[in-house]
Amino acid sequence: MLSAVTNRLARAFLVLLAVSFLTFIIGHDSGDPVLLLARGDATAAQKQELRHSLGLDRPVMAQYRSYLENALQGNLGESYRQHLPVTRLIALRLPASLLLAATAFVLAMALALLSGMLCVVYRDGVLDKALAGLAVLGQVVPGFWLGLVLVLIFAVHLRLLPVSGAGGIQHLILPALTLALPTFGRMSRLVRAGILDVLGADYIRTARAKGLPERDVLLGHALKNALLPLVTQAGLELGDMVGNAFIIEIVFAWPGIGRMTVEAIQQRDFLVAQGCVLVIGTGFVLINLGVDLVYAAIDPRVRARA
Amino acid sequence: MNASLLNVENLSVEFSTRAGSHAAVSDVSFTLCAGETLGVVGESGSGKSLTMLSLLQLLPNRATAHATRAQLGERNLLQLTRTELDAVRGREIAIVFQDPLTALNPVLSIGRQITEVLRHHFRLDPARSRLRAIELLARVGIADPALRMTQYPHEFSGGMRQRVTIAMALAGDPKILIADEPTTALDVTVQAQIVSLVAGLLEQTGMAAIWVTHDLALLARIADRVMVMFAGRVMETATCEDLFARPEHPYTQALLANLRQAEGATTAVTADAAARGCPFAPRCPAVADICRSTAPALSRAAHGGQIACWAGRE
Amino acid sequence: MNTWERLLHTKPARRGLLMLLLVIAAALAAPLISPTSPDHLDPGARLLAPLSRSAAQPDTHHPGMLHLLGTDSVGRDTLSRLIYGSRLSLAVGFAAVLLGALIGTLLGVISGFFGGIIEAVTGWLIDVQLSFPFLLLAIFLLGALGGGKTAVICVLALATWVNYARIVRSQVLSIRNQGYVEAARAAGAGSMRIIFIHILPNTLTPLFVVASFSMAQAILTEASLSFTGLGLDPATPSWGTMLNDGRDYLLSAWWISTMPGLAIGFTVLAVLMLGEGMREVLDPKAAP
Repeated sequence: MLSAVTNRLARAFLVLLAVSFLTFIIGHDSGDPVLLLARGDATAAQKQELRHSLGLDRPVMAQYRSYLENALQGNLGESYRQHLPVTRLIALRLPASLLLAATAFVLAMALALLSGMLCVVYRDGVLDKALAGLAVLGQVVPGFWLGLVLVLIFAVHLRLLPVSGAGGIQHLILPALTLALPTFGRMSRLVRAGILDVLGADYIRTARAKGLPERDVLLGHALKNALLPLVTQAGLELGDMVGNAFIIEIVFAWPGIGRMTVEAIQQRDFLVAQGCVLVIGTGFVLINLGVDLVYAAIDPRVRARA
Repeated sequence: MNASLLNVENLSVEFSTRAGSHAAVSDVSFTLCAGETLGVVGESGSGKSLTMLSLLQLLPNRATAHATRAQLGERNLLQLTRTELDAVRGREIAIVFQDPLTALNPVLSIGRQITEVLRHHFRLDPARSRLRAIELLARVGIADPALRMTQYPHEFSGGMRQRVTIAMALAGDPKILIADEPTTALDVTVQAQIVSLVAGLLEQTGMAAIWVTHDLALLARIADRVMVMFAGRVMETATCEDLFARPEHPYTQALLANLRQAEGATTAVTADAAARGCPFAPRCPAVADICRSTAPALSRAAHGGQIACWAGRE
Repeated sequence: MNTWERLLHTKPARRGLLMLLLVIAAALAAPLISPTSPDHLDPGARLLAPLSRSAAQPDTHHPGMLHLLGTDSVGRDTLSRLIYGSRLSLAVGFAAVLLGALIGTLLGVISGFFGGIIEAVTGWLIDVQLSFPFLLLAIFLLGALGGGKTAVICVLALATWVNYARIVRSQVLSIRNQGYVEAARAAGAGSMRIIFIHILPNTLTPLFVVASFSMAQAILTEASLSFTGLGLDPATPSWGTMLNDGRDYLLSAWWISTMPGLAIGFTVLAVLMLGEGMREVLDPKAAP
């Protein structure tokens, strides 16, 4: 079990290494930061001096090496535009993103569980069909478009919620819902299918044969078996959320790290962008690892094999 | 003769398929008295399991059961509501299924799967139900039951798992135990152990039992009476002794002949049980024209049991 | 062919195909059915709501017209832009799918057929790509490359090649050891010949299913990319750029962003239904 974990960690590290290299090369090849940093009237000599002081005249691999060394010590460089350490900027914006992703995830899962079970109990009823439709909707339109529509309905017309920004809970609702919607659609259908699948199993027949009422059969016997395979999917969804949150952050002007990444790219502030991509990527990788561990912990059959 | 616990008359089970409805079981009648063991024997597809499952309304979705009577005492089993049924299942009639691996929930400890019966039917508190479960496990011959309680089905061997399901069935203290081919999925060496375990338990508790199997020889050891089924219909019912010594139905005779030659009849028959004519007509050595056109109803046999055959009645 | 007939008999495929053909037809017939040019500016008719009429423009002699879906911030007719936008969105989608399929199939076949280090490297690449949120890297790439049609197509192709590679590789592995391949080899056929004549044709059918889902993914991703301003050139109308255009006018002119979203939804639904129908028909294959 331990060797499997270290194996995964090593692979994850390699992936992050590859990504950091890729982003570094791309950022490096895309332009000269000095043009951003230097004043408009700087002479060529002054620019060259600036280049030298930043170490930008060294060969690429040397630059990458020092970047890497610094990164491993927690130094991701300094923003060209804001002259602040990248790590500080990330630390400022990361909590907002975490809050958004966590809220959206919990919301999506809880609602998916509830609605999935309801759809099984009231199979083929109005709720079932409505949720099926909602799930399809979540798949065919861009997530942020749904966000825009929700803003239009709830913020502009009904004036119930704020249009954008952060502040209190009311600011969190729309962006979290928008982020949660595609996941909710998919998971709700998976919960339903999973339970229905399990209900055909022999051990469900045994549970009924023992005289257990249907509620106990569903909750005590069916649910755990149905949910087990969904844990992996849930982890993938969380990872997806983390990766796609930036668009929602843009739509709702949420002060998160994703939005900062896009803005940094637009402004060609590449050290910031690189740092953000690395941090988000690390989060993604850790989530995947976490999912594997959780699955191993809760399925007694997997535990036995480990 | 003891009081009859179970009284079934004219039971049928139909499957609704795209091609119409298909009768898997037709015109099955039998009784079960307190303390007796009824053996039900037949090939695969003879409808024996379906017959028993229908009594507890455990049929698969597409199947429906009808009967003139399906009485457990005063109650008609086929008409009970779910709540009423939950009081019968596990408590008055318990089933042991064929494959203990799939019959047990893989993600719940076996202790939990036993105690839930106790807690549901007897409202025992956790501590007491745990003790009782340990007792039951010991009774079915599982060593170190306190430890085994916390383990999962995949940590048991096939024979052990079946012992667990037997313990689960006993937990409700039922009047009737239905054993649906409980040894078929087990190793030959283990089969005998399970059979003697159940036989012993039946004797101790005085439970009535219905033992479904395709193995006629097995029933010789434990059954008081035997019911022979073929293609969803009852062919013959007799006391165990009569069946082996004086079988009257050609099918039973063929089964016994096969038994003596140590050959198993394993071709599954899936003919529509409600089709016209006796289902055994194509293979029957004593077949007559009437056999092909009209299925014989159960009538009294010479040995005192029942038989569905034209040959005995001319 | 038998497969195509069966496909047309499945309800989702039929509907999906119909819807998709509708969109493609609209795209192809854009000059004919579009009310006006998508770039035609009418400063006097800015931000008109759907179903409003614009007055005639005196200096350009352009007659006033009915704007079924309203106008945007510089007076361009939304419906016209929507119809012309379909061309770019569909073209980019198709191109991305083709390129992705090409790369993915090629790598899948090579790694499946030759194995060894190529397979190891390809497998590792797939692993890396799946372990990372690709979209993030995509915008990074686009930001650096500067966006535009070619860049977007390449990025979208990179997003989807993995899907093809995996399926093709496993197909190749299972076909590689079959009788007729051995026979061909024994008859002296070279590797290339074996690949192209014997192996490839048999890997094509499941690729269509992958392609349809990739198309949906491509259209949606293009919208996201253009929305950040890093995708297609905002000057030429595509559904993605239109979504971005409307972002600042959400309170005053909701239709600018809403309409392209509906168009995207319609098209993606069509493609997904087609894909679903294809999946029903092709897998599992019911032997006739």
